[in-house]
Amino acid sequence: MKKWYEYLWIFSAVYMISGFFNILYAWIGMICFITPLLLSIIGKGKIYCNRYCGRGQLFELLGGRLKLSSNRNIPAFIRSKWFRYGFLAFFMTMFAIMIFSTYLVYNGTNSLKEVVTLLWTIKLPWNWTNTGAVSPWVAQFAFGFYSVMLTSTIFGLITMYFFKPRSWCVYCPMGTMTQGISMLKYRGKVK
Amino acid sequence: MKKAMVNQAECVACGVCEKNCPRKAITIFHGIYAQVNEDLCIGCRKCERVCPASVIQVVQKEVAS
Repeated sequence: MKKWYEYLWIFSAVYMISGFFNILYAWIGMICFITPLLLSIIGKGKIYCNRYCGRGQLFELLGGRLKLSSNRNIPAFIRSKWFRYGFLAFFMTMFAIMIFSTYLVYNGTNSLKEVVTLLWTIKLPWNWTNTGAVSPWVAQFAFGFYSVMLTSTIFGLITMYFFKPRSWCVYCPMGTMTQGISMLKYRGKVK
Repeated sequence: MKKAMVNQAECVACGVCEKNCPRKAITIFHGIYAQVNEDLCIGCRKCERVCPASVIQVVQKEVAS
């Protein structure tokens, strides 16, 4: 019998689609940032990746069962420490820039920009949602956060296609962080 | 006997091997790396095939008598 958490891919799929209807749903994605960190901080290791990651399950489904993956081995440099930590550093920098632009909207320096930025460069107009009900910075964060989620999904889909289904997991910044936290927590126990 | 061997220095601990092992012979050690219980491993290569980081290899091991 399948466990409840084996259906979390539905949550991930619905999340990605919901952003096309109302950008404010992007906020829900914070769950995928906070939960894995909290779980590894309390000593549960990478149980989020291992069990609950809906994105990983989605890639397994698309690349595995639906055969949208060529199942080739990933180039060795992608699993190297410098690449994984480098990608994490890049990702965190882009995340910090996004938080800063949210702040600039919050303090009134900039006005809300209704765009979703793909791959940190391509700006897609995304102005069909009425965000008037919330403060402009709340909407700005949603646009920025959804940009991060969409960009990383595209990376994941590309590497899923060329390599193994869950290739994203090899360089996922959240995975690198939770593994790093686990290493710090259990450094005495490592063989 | 063929047994799975994990390159633990480069393992990302994603847990795909653990999920796919038909003998529950592979587990994730505290979110750091995968480890194989050689008493349970039958060398079926399933983990080797699914590992997204390609850090698992099934190798011939000497049987301790």
